[in-house]
Order: sequence, then structure tokens, then C-alpha cells
Amino acid sequence: MQEWANQLCENRQFGSKMTDSKYFTTTKKGEIFELKAELNSDKKEKKKEAVKKVIASMTVGKDVSALFPDVVNCMQTDNLELKKLVYLYLMNYAKSQPDMAIMAVNTFVKDCEDPNPLIRALAVRTMGCIRVDKITEYLCEPLRKCLKDEDPYVRKTAAVCVAKLHDINAQLVEDQGFLDTLKDLISDSNPMVVANAVAALSEIAESHPNSNLLDLNPQTINKLLTALNECTEWGQIFILDCLANYTPRDDRESQSICERVTPRLSHANSAVVLSAVKVLMKFMEMLPKDLDYYGTLLKKLAPPLVTLLSAEPELQYVALRNINLIVQRRPEILKHEMKVFFVKYNDPIYVKLEKLDIMIRLASQANIAQVLAELKEYATEVDVDFVRKAVRAIGRCAIKVEQSAERCVSTLLDLIQTKVNYVVQEAIVVIKDIFRKYPNKYESVIATLCENLDSLDEPEARAAMIWIVGEYAERIDNADELLESFLEGFHDESTQVQLQLLTAIVKLFLKKPTETQELVQQVLSLATQDSDNPDLRDRGYIYWRLLSTDPVAAKEVVLAEKPLISEETDLIEPTLLEELICHIGTLASVYHKPPSAFVEGSRGVQHKRLPGSAGSGESVESPDTGSAAGVSDAPPAVIPSQGDLLGDLLNLDLAPPATTTGPPPPTSSGMQMGAMDLLGGGLDSLMGDESEPPPIPLRTDTPQSPQLPHQSPSPPDYSPTELGGDLGGSPAMGAGFGAPPAAMPASFNAPVSGGLDDLFDLGGGVGMPSGAYSPPKSIWLPAMKAKGLEISGTFARRAGVVQMEMTLTNKAMSVMTDFAIQFNRNSFGLAPAGPLQVLTPVSPNQSIEVALPLNTVGPVMKMEPLNNLQVAVKNNIDVFYFSCQYPISMLFVEDGKMERQVFLATWKDIPNDNESQFQIKDCHLSSDAASSKLQGSNIFTIAKRTVDGQDMLYQSTKLTNGIWVLAELRVQAGNPNYTVSLKCRAPEVAQCVFQSYEAVLKN
Amino acid sequence: MIHSLFLVNASGDIFLEKHWKSVVSRSVCDYFFEAQERATEPENVPPVIPTPHHYLISVLRHRIYFVAVIQSEVPPLFVIEFLHRVVDTFQDYFGVCTEAAIKDNVVVVYELLEEMLDNGFPLATESNILKELIKPPTILRTMVNTITGSTNVGEQLPTGQLSVVPWRRTGVKYTNNEAYFDVVEEIDAIIDKSGSTITAEIQGVIDACVKLTGMPDLTLSFMNPRLLDDVSFHPCVRFKRWEAERILSFIPPDGNFRLLSYHVSSQNLVAIPVYVKHNITFREGSSQGRFDLTLGPKQTMGKAVESVLVSSQLPRGVLNANLNPSQGTYTFDPVTKLLSWDVGKINPQKLPSLKGTMSLQAGASKPDENPTINIQFKIQQMAISGLKVNRLDMYGEKYKPFKGIKYMTKAGKFQRCVWIAGSDRYYTNRASLIIVTS
Repeated sequence: MQEWANQLCENRQFGSKMTDSKYFTTTKKGEIFELKAELNSDKKEKKKEAVKKVIASMTVGKDVSALFPDVVNCMQTDNLELKKLVYLYLMNYAKSQPDMAIMAVNTFVKDCEDPNPLIRALAVRTMGCIRVDKITEYLCEPLRKCLKDEDPYVRKTAAVCVAKLHDINAQLVEDQGFLDTLKDLISDSNPMVVANAVAALSEIAESHPNSNLLDLNPQTINKLLTALNECTEWGQIFILDCLANYTPRDDRESQSICERVTPRLSHANSAVVLSAVKVLMKFMEMLPKDLDYYGTLLKKLAPPLVTLLSAEPELQYVALRNINLIVQRRPEILKHEMKVFFVKYNDPIYVKLEKLDIMIRLASQANIAQVLAELKEYATEVDVDFVRKAVRAIGRCAIKVEQSAERCVSTLLDLIQTKVNYVVQEAIVVIKDIFRKYPNKYESVIATLCENLDSLDEPEARAAMIWIVGEYAERIDNADELLESFLEGFHDESTQVQLQLLTAIVKLFLKKPTETQELVQQVLSLATQDSDNPDLRDRGYIYWRLLSTDPVAAKEVVLAEKPLISEETDLIEPTLLEELICHIGTLASVYHKPPSAFVEGSRGVQHKRLPGSAGSGESVESPDTGSAAGVSDAPPAVIPSQGDLLGDLLNLDLAPPATTTGPPPPTSSGMQMGAMDLLGGGLDSLMGDESEPPPIPLRTDTPQSPQLPHQSPSPPDYSPTELGGDLGGSPAMGAGFGAPPAAMPASFNAPVSGGLDDLFDLGGGVGMPSGAYSPPKSIWLPAMKAKGLEISGTFARRAGVVQMEMTLTNKAMSVMTDFAIQFNRNSFGLAPAGPLQVLTPVSPNQSIEVALPLNTVGPVMKMEPLNNLQVAVKNNIDVFYFSCQYPISMLFVEDGKMERQVFLATWKDIPNDNESQFQIKDCHLSSDAASSKLQGSNIFTIAKRTVDGQDMLYQSTKLTNGIWVLAELRVQAGNPNYTVSLKCRAPEVAQCVFQSYEAVLKN
Repeated sequence: MIHSLFLVNASGDIFLEKHWKSVVSRSVCDYFFEAQERATEPENVPPVIPTPHHYLISVLRHRIYFVAVIQSEVPPLFVIEFLHRVVDTFQDYFGVCTEAAIKDNVVVVYELLEEMLDNGFPLATESNILKELIKPPTILRTMVNTITGSTNVGEQLPTGQLSVVPWRRTGVKYTNNEAYFDVVEEIDAIIDKSGSTITAEIQGVIDACVKLTGMPDLTLSFMNPRLLDDVSFHPCVRFKRWEAERILSFIPPDGNFRLLSYHVSSQNLVAIPVYVKHNITFREGSSQGRFDLTLGPKQTMGKAVESVLVSSQLPRGVLNANLNPSQGTYTFDPVTKLLSWDVGKINPQKLPSLKGTMSLQAGASKPDENPTINIQFKIQQMAISGLKVNRLDMYGEKYKPFKGIKYMTKAGKFQRCVWIAGSDRYYTNRASLIIVTS
């Protein structure tokens, strides 16, 4: 084998003068001039060499744009290599020399007619890469021809070119009808063309979330599955990723797709394998668990996942991140494969850390002995991060597998004996958790821990140790001495340690009041008088007050029994997990975040959900089937959310729930519960799963500080009950996300004239409160400026569709006809969804009401102010222009309610610089009334918390382009001034959103 | 899709950039350099790095980082697979993939990259097709081109590109028709300090070199196909036939390719072909330590264990080692503390051993780290899993090809725990050993 390979190696043994490195040697000042002369040489060979030199300079980032005209002159040649080189150059520099680039157009157009398909394809491909507006205009005709070319090679190249063109000028692509041609290519006879068409459509669809470009139905699915078998590996990835977006009608269709996808698991390309895994994981949800095929499929999934782990480390890393998700969703797949996750000594660190995570997830009573033995090995390795994580893993094993707890503790003690500083600190942190999980079992080791007190220099370890001392103060003889020693440097400690020290000393005092009075006074005064940290001060005062007024109560509060800590604190929250499973193999799966949370400013990422399992009786809502009416926009209310109930109650007399489609909303229960709220019971306490746990004092004894999103950066220490409650509530919410708001049928808001509007209002409020705020009409275009046409209007959001409602008044002497309307580019891509419906001529002095439905897929350009809209209206007399400002609340979509967990995480994630605060003056609503009013305009309250008579509402809203805005609304009883803090990744919208807040609340 | 590609050398210089969409400033690589600085070892740079507007996905091969810049949601595996394919192609074209080779052939490199990706979508990645589009540089062709002014670039649309067998070009002709298959297996094993196996698995591949005229249709059958329950195939293999009959049926690409790779998991019994006996001790209060290592063959079916190489990372406290090998040569680097022993062939009659003393820093306490031992070896003419090819048949063409099959076993990652005696606690170490059969 070696000999055969050598033949190739010989090829490189030619002298260095023959190689391209010579192109790098001329670096003198006159270089450009020299090249210029060579490029204009008569000799073909010299020309080619010169172009090569130019390309070589380009590859290393040198600016050779000055040679543009000279290089373009070389383009007209029958030498394919020279042509390709010139094309390479053009792609790089055309943008900087748009006028010059026009010189090349003729050659391109000519080449698109060449008898050689290679040249036709090359020309259309290159033209698409030149990102110059002027050139793209000329591209349309050749592209149209190439899309229908007889040669599939040209067609497949042209398909990609449509995506390129869309990237440069989306409107042009739509106007020219290329999208339809592209859709037709899905039915092409050649699988490679199909694959490229799918890839191009997917890329375009990414920037057009609601456009339904990839209309998946059983016929297209069948075509894709056929092409899947025959196209290249890359094409298979595109097709599989596209298939994953489909929701099969029933379990039989699901099974048949799975059967046809399974062979891809044996593909050599790991990306194909992982995409196939994604399709199978998703469609498997629909298979009944008792089906034989279900078991077979589970078995088939394990080997390819294991195989991914023998690939290159980079591939392993991505595979491991995904396996982490798969293991959480379906642990049964890999439960026998623990050994393949054992760390090899020469794995890169990022692979080691991931493997460790998965080992813990797979740990069970059956394999815990092996796992522990391994972890102990890892704890003696060199890499500090890895060792730390291994020590932590031992602690997690103890908490997860009760039978192993004792062995874990003794292993940890062994490790503490090594006296390796970071090992000791890590071990102490995890032992604290073990104490909390198994109280009164392993306290005998406290003595050993205390020996290491001096070596602890990391806040987390110090805090853990102090917690232990405080918690077991009665069993540690010299607890007071130990704690006192920490007190000396109180102000140099981190907040975490200070808080812990405060609590520990109070605990100690409550347990041994006689000896420690002085100590507790010292710490209370340190915390309350000398500290500028509000958390610390507040906690200090609370303790002080408690101790001074009612020591018995203090004992009950501070020494209250703690909830046991949950087994796996780092499990991904189920709705998020479901969404991530739908994104296996993508960046989202690597970061374990929903795509919407980290793709910066991405337009309208849709939340994907796993389909429901067969037999569960729930109808499956696919994004494509669309919702029949506004009804399905409301979550199928298994557990009605607080806001909905309030909304229902307020709307009862206004908008009786229509029962035409969908499940009827739970009116009766809403009534009941709402009524109880009126009686003063408070929804919060009734519906524990949607509201915050009882406020602070009870929680102060947990090692974490109380969680308020704007205060503490540390992860919440959720107790099991709280977590469980959240999870129970969330699926219902998630279901609501499935239906995109724009799937609203157009007929619903078909032209309605004046009076009917109001009627519609009543009917429209089925799934959501009808109270969406709409400002009163104002005059946009005075008659003076428009030859007698007066336009007044406003914007409203009705049944999930933005409408521009206008009154056109004819104040001229003649009849007006032929109305049409157009928008300039604007910040949110607002565009008319249909023509302006003025069916009858408007006679003098007549007014006519028009409602124009809008969509948000138009071209985008940032406006100043952001919500400015420039409009052109045409009639038989002339064209008139005006600009108006729309309230941004029109763009708040119905699925803008964030999961609590996601809210918390997002709030922390957005940098504080992006936060802006506003005051709303003179508003006399209660916080609940404000909340329901805001909900009417799609600003959703996620949580409410009352501190010191001040209500804090945490709210989220989402704009049509996928931007999330998070808000904290503070309402003080009796104070008419509200404070709104807004956080958003795109801070420019804050001002507009605030205006909407004010407008909604005051109307 | 893939937006841009930067090639970065070991010293952190960008020596090539290629953009498939708009130009992305090379300053985006600063985020990569930051990550590179944080990483203790070159191979520890994380493969996916987020930046405010882009994601950087990189692979490290031949001490060159291939950094791809992406802007939208793209399957990272797709990008990584593609980058590996780029490296393979460079290697195929230039024999080696080094900075020098890439710079020497920069124009070909650029042409290749342009041909492999269009707007971020893979266009032609099969080496057969690429070679028809862009001819690999050879001395002869470079000379001829220089004299006659002809070109490296194929003028015709490659025939295979759109056929049902995109991996094979038509009109292949050889005077000698031959097909060779190499069955290469690597053992990865972890063995604990008492010598019992914790895990052992076999990674196997069948690499082929097929030089056959026309459109041959081959079938390859095994004596014991049941071993192959976890396989990845080259796209040319007909999966249905494998499922039904456990026979590999395929129209091969022309030249070298990997027909399949397979994995024999720890559930099956894996025989470990070598054993290690060791005794490494440090005594409290002494500045001397003893080192004693013996190797022996085990379950090799009479085949010789060759090219044995042992290396070990000794504790930091070890100043020097004074050892005596019974065969081969050893070196100890006092800076990196790396001990390596080139053993050569193991003679079962006279087992190779390495014995002697290690000197420690005077007055220092006993080392508390764990040395590492790696063992590499090869065994020719044996596939340790026992996999055997039954027969190879050719259909579709009339001539009689020459056929050959080789087997080899190598050590992959073989780890051995070591007991350091003479202390009140024990330490374990891990080692790595590689077994190759051919």
C-alpha cells in the first residue's frame, strides 16, 4: 500500500522554481506596476503567470484591487484556466469597483450561452458571487435560462445561484419568480439537483421564517426520500435536515420514513449520520412504544453513536454534545455503552470534559463501581479543569446513586488526603451537597474537613466550608473559633462568603446562644453598617429583626428543615430539551441553547417541538398545517395560565368564546378561579405552578441568596418542588409556540368596511383578549397637500395580523379611483399583504374606510425613528407621499410568552448595558389590571413578586422579527409612577417599546 | 453555510484566506487566537468558538488549523467533515499537507477550494472528479505546461459528476488490473493495575487500492460477517445487499479509498496481544527509585509483535533515569520527563526488559503523580478480531484482475494502570498501547 501511495508523493519532488511560491517573491514597491505591464503583455503565457501572481497576493490578504481593469481585460479568452483565475479575482474585488465590474457583464452573458455546460455553469456561478447590484440585474435572464437548462450540472449550479441572489437582493428574487422555479426543482429527475434545490430553499427560508417556502407534504417527502438514496453525502445532509422539519400524519407514515432513513446511519460521513439520528429521534416520538419496530430502532441507534466517538476529536466533541442531549431524552439507547465514554489519556481536554458529563448521566447502580474507579483515576491527572470536574462528578454520583454514596465519600476523603489544593477545595464543595442529600449520615468526616480550613482560598470552597460549620455547629466544639477566624477579613471576602458567614454565625448563635452573643453582634454590625452590598445588608437586618423580636420564630426560620437537593441539578429543562432534540446536529445542539437565544438578531427562528406520541389523542400541530383560526394561537389550556384567566374574566361580556373550532377555553374554571381572586384569595397561591414560591424569609437558609433576576448572577438553587411545578406547567405553553402567528388565514381579515370592523372585534377575541391597544386615528395626509385627498388612519393588530386602518376622504371636486399603496423599506419589513381594496370610486365629499392587512416580510431598512413608515398612495389624480409612525405594540406577536427558565437565563445573559429604565407617570392601575391590559397587547407577565409592598412584574414580549424584549415593571401601591426596566439584545427598540407601554397602560 | 476559510500555522499566522460569500475581515480570527492562547496544548483549542457575529469552526491537522467562518445555523459536523475533506484533498494532490506545500501550490489550492464549495455549498468533493477538473501538479505536467502553455484545468464536464456512480469516472484504462485490500485493526484498551481489562475495543478499516479498467462491479464476502455489526460504508457500497446477505457489493472508485470502517465493541471478547509487567517504586527518604518493566506477547497466534515502542511520562520529581534495556535503545528527556524505549521485535524466548534506577531531587518528598506508559506495536498478517475475507469476485468486465488482501493489527490507545509500591498509598497510572495487524 505504501508503494502505491509513494507514487503520488513523488509528484511534489519538483524543483522549487517550478512551484507557485515564486509568486510570493516579488514584494518590492514597483510590484503593482510590474504586474500591470505583464497583464497587458501580448504573450498569453505571461498574462497567465501575471494573473497567478495577482491571485497569490490576494490569498495572503494583499490589496491588489488597483489592477482591476487589467485583470478584467484578460477575461475574454478561450483558456479555461485563465478564465477561472480571472473569475476568482472578480469575485473578490468586484464589490470595490462596481463600475468596472460592468465591463465583465457581456462576457458573462456570452458564456452563459456557451455549448460547454462547464462554462455555462461557471459563468452563472461566478456572476452570482459578484455582490454588485448593477450586475445582479443582468443576471436574471441568464439565470432563468440556466434553471431550465438541459444539463443537470447547470441546473444544480443555478439552484445555488438563486440562494446567492436572494442574499444580495431578496425582493428581486421574489419579483422574478425564481422561488417558484426553485420549488419546481424539488421534483427534478436528477437527485443532485433536488438536493441543491432543497439546500437553497432551506437557506432562503432561514431569512423568511413565515414564508412556507418548503411546503412539505407526503408527495414532496416521497421525492426527497427517493433523492436521498442517490445524491451526494452533502445533499443527503440537506435533505435529512429538511425532512426533520416535517411532521408525519400518523405513526405509519412515521415508521415508513424511519425505515427509509435508517440506512443513512451506516454512512461514512458523520454529519449524515447525525442528521439521520435527528430525523429518527424526532419521528420515533410518534411510534407507539409497544411496537416491535420501536425497539428495533432503539437498538439501531446505539452503534452509529458509538462509532462517532472513534472519529477525529473535533467530530467527537460535536457528537458528544449531541449524545448528551440524546442520553437525557432516551437514556435507554446508550445505557450499556458506558465504557466507550471512558476518558483516554490523549483525548483533548474538551473531549474529556464532555465524556465526563455523559458518564455521570449514564451512571446507575449497575455500573457505578466502574465509574467510580475511573473517576478516581481522573482525579489524579494533570489537567486542573479536568481534575476538578472529576471530583465534582464523584459528588454527583453520590447524589445520584444512593448505594454508592458511602464509597464516594470515602473516595473524596482519600482525595482530600492528597492535599492537592484544588482537589481539596472541589471535594469540600461536593461534600456539602452530599450532606444536604443525606443529612445525618456522613458528618463523621467533618473533622477531616476542618483540618483543611486554612488551605481554602476559593470563595466557593470557603462558602461551602462555612456552611458546613454553621449547619453542624452543635457537633463542632470549636465552631465559634473557626467562624471567628473568618470574620477577621470579613470585608475582603467575596459576597458569597460574606452571606454564608452571616447565616452560619446566626445558626451558631441559635444553637449555642450563651457563648456566641458577641460574635453574632459583631457580624450583624459588619453586615448592616459597614457593607455597601444590599443583599448582605438586607439579610443582616432581617436576622437582626428576627433575633431581637422573636427568637423562637428566628429558630423556626433559620434552622428550618431544608428540602433535599434534587438528583440532577443540571438537567436541561424538558421543553428546551424537546426543542434541542429537533435541532440535533446544529449549533444550537452544541451550545444547548434554543436557536432563538443565541443566533444574534436572527429573524423569526421558529420553535420546534417534538411531535406528540401516537395514541395520546392530542392533535399534532405542525407549523405547516397552519391553524384554522386564531383560536389555536392560544395554548390548549391544560393548565390555564394566570394571564389567560384574568383575560377571560375581563372579556366575558365582551367576547363570548366562539366554539367553531378548537377546544373551548375553560371558561367555567376560569370564572371560578377568577372569582376567587376577586375574593382576595390571590391567584398566585392557588396556582402554585405558575407563580413564585412564597417570598424570601423561608429561603434564606439555603446556601444561595434569594433569586431576583436583576440582582444575583449565581444560578438558582431550585428545590425539587419548585422545579417540578414549572415543568408541569410548561408543556402547555410550548404547544402554543407551535403555531406561527402568520399562519392566520388571509380570508379572516379580508376587506372589511367600516361597521363590520367592530363586529369582527368581538369575534376576533376568541383565543386572545380583544383589548389589543390601537391608538385613535390621526390625520396622516391633509387634503391640502394631496389635491383634495385626506387620509387619516391608525394601526391595529387584529387576530394576529397587523392592519393599517385608514379613512380616505375625498375633499376634491372630482371622483377618485384607482387607489394603490406602497411602502418604503422600513425597520421591521412591514409591507402590504395585498392590494389596497377600494372597490368603488370615491365621489366628492365621500369617506371610505379601508383596512389594509400588512405582513412583515418586506425589505428591511433601519428608520429614524425606528417606527417610522413612509407611504406612497396613488390615485387617478397623482401620487402622494406621507410618513407616519406606528405603535410598536402592533408588532408584538402572540407567542411572546417566554418560559420562566428561559426568561431567567436570558435576563442574565443580556449585558447590563442593554438595560434601560423609564418612568410612567400618573398611572392608577393595580398591578394585576396593568398586567391584563398589557397582555391584551401581547406583553406577557411571566412572574410576579411582591417585595415591600412593591409589585414586580416580569414580562416578555416578542417582535415579529424575533427580537425578544424582557421587562421588569415595578408598581408601588399608592404611587402613580411606575418604573419599567427593559432589556433587549437590540437596545434600539427600547424607546419604542416604552412608548407602547405608556400608550397601552394609559388607554 | 461556510462563509470563509482561514489557514493558520503553528505560530499563529494566517497564511491563506478564501471567501465564498462576502469578504470577512481576518480580524475575526482574533477570537481564535485568544482561544489558542488559553489552550495549554495545540490540540486543546475548542473546535467551535462563538464570536459576536460569526462562529469559528476549526480542525487541526498536520499542525495547521483550518478555521471556517460561518454566519448562520449550519450543522457543525458538516463543516468539520468538509474541512477534513479539504485536508485529504490537499494531501492527495500534493503528497503532504504542509504550509510549504500549500504555498507552493497556492493557485491550485485556490482553484480546488473554488471547485469544492460554491456559495458555501459543497460542489465537488470526490477526488476522482476533482482530478478531472483540476489536474494534480506533477513534474512532467508542470514542465510541459511551461513550455507549451497548456493548462492544468480540465476543459470538459467530468463524466462521473452526475452519473449514478459519482465517485467513478468513465473510461478508466489500465494495462495491469489489480485490486488490493488492507484490513487494518487498532486496539484501544484500558487495563487496570491487576492486569485485567477494563475496556477493549477494536477500530477496524478496510482500505482499498483498486486499479481496474472499465466499470467493474465487485463483491467481497467474509468468513465471519457477524463480527461486523457496527459499520460505516463508503457511499459506493450497496446497503440493501449488505442488510440482506452480508455481502459487500459495489462499483469501486478508481484508486485509493476507504471501503468501510467498523467497530468491534467491548461486548465482544477482545484478545489483548501483549502484556506488561512493571514495578516502579520510590522509597520514603531516599533520592532513588527503582524502575522495572518487562513486555511479553500474548494471544498472537504465533505472529511476531514488531515495532514495539514504549513511552512513559515519569513524575516531575525525577531528575534522571539510569536504565538498562535488554534490547533496543531508550532515551530520557530530563526536561519533559519523557522516557521512550524503542524495543523493536519481541522475542518470546527472551522477553525484553528495561531495568534500573531513577534519581530524585535530593530531599524532595516522594512524587505523587502518576507516570504514563504508552505502548505501540504492530502485528503483521493478523486481524485481532479474527475477521477474514472469504472471496472477492468481479462482474461486469471480462479480464482477470490481480487480487490481494493484507491484514494488520496495531495498538490504538492502550492504557495500563501502574502500581507504585513502597508507599503507604498507591498511585495508578495510565498507559497507551497501540496494536496493528496487517
